[in-house]
Amino acid sequence: MTVLGKPVRRLEDRRLLLGRGRFHDDVSRPAQLWLRVIRSPVAHARIRGIDTAAALASPGVAGVYTAADFPVLPRIPVRQVVPGLDLDPYLQPVLATGFVRYVGDPVAVVLAEDPYLAEDAADLVGLDLRELPVTLDAREAAELPQESWGGRTPKAAVVEIGYGDVDRVFETAPRVVRVPLKVGRHGGTPLEPRGLVADYDEVTDRMTIWGATKVPHWNRRVLAQLLGIAEHRIHMTETDAGGGFGVRGELYPEDILVPYLCLRTRRAVKWSEDRTEHLLAANHSREQEHTIELAFDEEGHLLGLRDEVWQNNGGYIRTHGAAVGMLTATMMPGPYRLPAYRTRVHVVTTNKSPTGTYRAPGRYEVTFVREHALDIAAGELGMDPVDLRRRNLLDHRELPHTRPIVIYETPMVLDGKDYLEHFDKSLAAAGYRAWREEARAAREAGRLIGTGCAFFVEKAGLGPHDSAIVEVDTTGAVRVAMGGTNVGQGIETVMAQVVAEELDIAPEAVGVVLSDTDILPDGAGTWASRSTVVGGSAVQRAAEEVVGKARRVASDMLEVSPDDLRIENGTFVVAGVPGKRVTLAEIVRECFTARQLRNGEEPGLIGRGTFVVDVMTYPYGVHCAQVEIDPGTGGVRLLRYAIGYEIGRSLNPLIVDGQLQGGLAQGIGGALFEEFTYDESGKPLNTTLADYQWPRALDVPEAMITVFEDAPAPDNPLGVRGAGEGGTTGCGGAIANAVRDALGLKGSVLALPLTPERVKALLRDRGGKP
Amino acid sequence: MTPDITAFDDVPMSITVTITVNGERHELVLDPRRSLADVLRRELRLLGTHQGCEQGVCGACTVLVDGDPVRGCLLLAVQADGARVETVESLGRDGELDELQRAFTENHGLQCGFCTPGFLMLATALLRDEPGADRERITECVSANLCRCTGYKGIVDSIDSAARSAARSTPRSAARSASHGR
Amino acid sequence: MKPAKFGYFRPETAEEAVALLGAHAGAQDGAQDGARVLAGGQSLVPLLNRRLVRPRALVDVTRLPGLRGLAVTEDTLRIGALTRHADIETVTDPAVHTGFPILPESARWVAFPPIRSRGTFGGSIAHADPCSEWCLLAVLLDAQLIALGPAGTRVLDAAGFFTGRHRTALAPDELLVEVRFAHRPVLAALAEYSIRQRDYAVVAAAAAIRLDRWGAIAEARIALGGVADRPVRVPNAEKALLGAVAGAEAFEFAARVAAEDLEPPADVHGSAEYRRELASTLVARALRQAQAKGGPQA
Repeated sequence: MTVLGKPVRRLEDRRLLLGRGRFHDDVSRPAQLWLRVIRSPVAHARIRGIDTAAALASPGVAGVYTAADFPVLPRIPVRQVVPGLDLDPYLQPVLATGFVRYVGDPVAVVLAEDPYLAEDAADLVGLDLRELPVTLDAREAAELPQESWGGRTPKAAVVEIGYGDVDRVFETAPRVVRVPLKVGRHGGTPLEPRGLVADYDEVTDRMTIWGATKVPHWNRRVLAQLLGIAEHRIHMTETDAGGGFGVRGELYPEDILVPYLCLRTRRAVKWSEDRTEHLLAANHSREQEHTIELAFDEEGHLLGLRDEVWQNNGGYIRTHGAAVGMLTATMMPGPYRLPAYRTRVHVVTTNKSPTGTYRAPGRYEVTFVREHALDIAAGELGMDPVDLRRRNLLDHRELPHTRPIVIYETPMVLDGKDYLEHFDKSLAAAGYRAWREEARAAREAGRLIGTGCAFFVEKAGLGPHDSAIVEVDTTGAVRVAMGGTNVGQGIETVMAQVVAEELDIAPEAVGVVLSDTDILPDGAGTWASRSTVVGGSAVQRAAEEVVGKARRVASDMLEVSPDDLRIENGTFVVAGVPGKRVTLAEIVRECFTARQLRNGEEPGLIGRGTFVVDVMTYPYGVHCAQVEIDPGTGGVRLLRYAIGYEIGRSLNPLIVDGQLQGGLAQGIGGALFEEFTYDESGKPLNTTLADYQWPRALDVPEAMITVFEDAPAPDNPLGVRGAGEGGTTGCGGAIANAVRDALGLKGSVLALPLTPERVKALLRDRGGKP
Repeated sequence: MTPDITAFDDVPMSITVTITVNGERHELVLDPRRSLADVLRRELRLLGTHQGCEQGVCGACTVLVDGDPVRGCLLLAVQADGARVETVESLGRDGELDELQRAFTENHGLQCGFCTPGFLMLATALLRDEPGADRERITECVSANLCRCTGYKGIVDSIDSAARSAARSTPRSAARSASHGR
Repeated sequence: MKPAKFGYFRPETAEEAVALLGAHAGAQDGAQDGARVLAGGQSLVPLLNRRLVRPRALVDVTRLPGLRGLAVTEDTLRIGALTRHADIETVTDPAVHTGFPILPESARWVAFPPIRSRGTFGGSIAHADPCSEWCLLAVLLDAQLIALGPAGTRVLDAAGFFTGRHRTALAPDELLVEVRFAHRPVLAALAEYSIRQRDYAVVAAAAAIRLDRWGAIAEARIALGGVADRPVRVPNAEKALLGAVAGAEAFEFAARVAAEDLEPPADVHGSAEYRRELASTLVARALRQAQAKGGPQA
């Protein structure tokens, strides 16, 4: 009975539907203290003094701490290191030290018996701040030395990726198109705000932490170093998480403060941030200013691409370091034949909230910029934008294609099958040509309707490794522990499916343990669409090892050749001989006998799998949009939307579809609604979900989603390419192109998000076009 | 900005209320600034009701109060004195999923599950009130709450599926709940 | 995000409520309001949770008798302050639908159903959000606001009632108890625009017209929300409509005039310029929709 590729109902659902999820705020420990963070109300200042006396005297308060109360802790390290860059001077301390650099910067913390009392006390902390000039624009401020950086300029790094003699190409190319474009600041903002609970057990001298996700093993390592205790004295345990999207789970200052104060007070410490804090203090993303240039010959063949990018990184460099800049620079070429290339990203700190990754980081931005520039180029070249792409897409003759680019220290081997064929198939599946005809006819009747498409290349399966353990116990119960984490995406179900497939049992019969550092000594975490690819492959290896050993032992027990055995419903049967069979439970019991141990077998039935991969895999696809603009309000309505996505292999179509639908809603958010804005003093203006606007149900169109499995990934045994991010990647590009088409613009839409106000301005300024 | 929070000698700071939650009466002595959502979670340990914003925007905290969907973060618990509250824990029986919950798992109506109890209560009220609600009406209703994971399609599919199968199995007039009124 | 401490009172009579408001009004200092009325809480509790307001005392008026419901008596619609938005949305009384259709029609634009099940009409009026639908209609139709104070009731006109963003002419020891709409034989419509569908409006326009038997406009009322610190009438645009034949040309002209004198405040949802543009678009839409209510011959 095959379960891979089937729409298996999720194992996670039952407990979540019954309201029995275990989210971090659900965890309550005896005598716990509630932590409340006091945050800077101004964007940039020197800290002259912090007055904690009134707060300390406030009812129910157990302690008030500032940076002065901590031993000198190193700043929070970078997890995604880009070699050759020294970002240490720009890292964030656990509590603001000397200076505050954004509204929301943690300055002090209160511990109290109750969250209401903690907030009351936090109100009483006095901050003496001498305000400094505020810099909000990456480009403007990049070269001005900053007091808060000890005289350094705010530019933390420049990431440059390229190949070929690109400047020479631009000097001599017959046609050059240059398009400045901005991507507005926005971010993942999961529905569940962040939080953490740490409790200390005096008897075992160990600390347990609830609420860690994404990269718990890495975080534990860092914590152990920072706190000066052995890793094995810290236990990160599983919780449910209300969405991750790249934002949750990185090491933030609070993630160090909570365990540190737990050890210091020897009491449980519980932290649950509120929504406004989340919008200020959790990673923002995406804010980039591009000037892209495309060089063509007279027939519209791409000769070169150059891009100068200013990335607004906010107050500090956090755990992502320059990763988003690196992803921007490496993923810009996308699916096209491109002889010469360079992108240079200036990563600049400013007095806005710090940034990190968010679903399809770098790729959302570059897909918008590149695909929008292509549509503009098509206009200038007098070509159909579809034809321009067809002329330049890599096809089966050229794929796999190695770009002279190193990404995450791996060579970029585009392992697709045929981008050109996929483009045609995706457009056909959407019925895109009919959409265009429809739009053209509607424009003739006076309506502002347009279409746009965007081809995107994603990346997935980032290594270098992941590991898993599958074990069967003497009752026959099967359990897998793997190094991924649950952020709501269905990983528990998919991993169970992988094991179930090998053992020929029902997925519901597989217990899944994620991100428990006591049960699995090593895990590489869930991010970069890697868990099915790398984690799933490790799980498959581990399950294969279990089956292999079980087969050996079963053949010994039944005195038959291993080749005569078949696994059926978790039982080994002898082909053609009914009654000659042995269950997994019986095999496991046998695995503890002296006979098997003398045979050289290890005790029990445990399989360990590690999957190491040197290259990533690259899923790819096309977004198509049809929009209508309301000239009176500037409102953009998505009339039609389609996504075609080559993911190699779909292990659970229900879950894949959900990831694409959800990713699409977030992509639409970034394209039309969501932006973190600031006034001139650096005060954030979007501090509630009424101001920071996620799409609601009526704002998301019914999209047609076509999943393609034409090109199984070559470098992992499951053949999967990872599907978590592609629903988002192409939205900015497709929607921008459709809006431009609807308005009949010659130039660009200038920036995302395309709020009604911006669209009204584009309408006003387009000058003379019908 | 330091309000005098200690000088409340002449005003009551602790209020005794009786709230019926999922059929059980609870007498509680509460600081009036506690929200219903907070009291459900901490006093009554009914953890299914979640708080995503405490601003009344996201609806993750939606519960039923005297049959109406209400944002639990905007209702002071003391204002629920004498009220009949239903939370997600009241759906289903003995740990078995009810029809609506089953529809959610059949139609992939949840991913992280954080918004789910709020949508379940919203949908429960809708289907009691308008058992024949069509997809358009359901989408309009679903627009009241926020989800960040699913893109809403799975949620609408789930409620639509539950409505259609309820319509098939129950006569319309009998399905309308008499106890719920505006 | 938890409120600062407050005292809580739940009076049984309106007079008691007024007395409580008066008793705590004087406690006001820079940081703290004296007393606040708590009704549905849908507007007040978010402010409490963010500690944007810190009242010393909350006076919960939800148990006060006789303040909930709509009734039409002698050509006047009386809406009790504790009437929930949902009550107006689902009202069955034919006298309300024939005489004052704009009210039940507009209820569905107020926030979302879970807000409408708790929030009150009076609460909305007293909260005085410049873009609130009920405040807009009160100004459009020259409603009367009945306030109960220590000396008894007084009647305030909508025209002077809203004095600023979240400010009204109510004294700190007064309780709004009723809102009255006199019947006017007008065709009325509300047109609002929100960035997300069915969300809170950026700008809202309400229009009411009465046509003479030749289709010319004999009475015109236009009100705008979201373009100032309170809902406003636009007398220049109203005058421009008088005597004109009802139709696209007159409406577009009035819409342009309406936008001209506006100096809207900018915020994260819209700049001044955009709000002016929206005002113009929505005034024209509201007028067209109002005319359409008169049926095919209008």
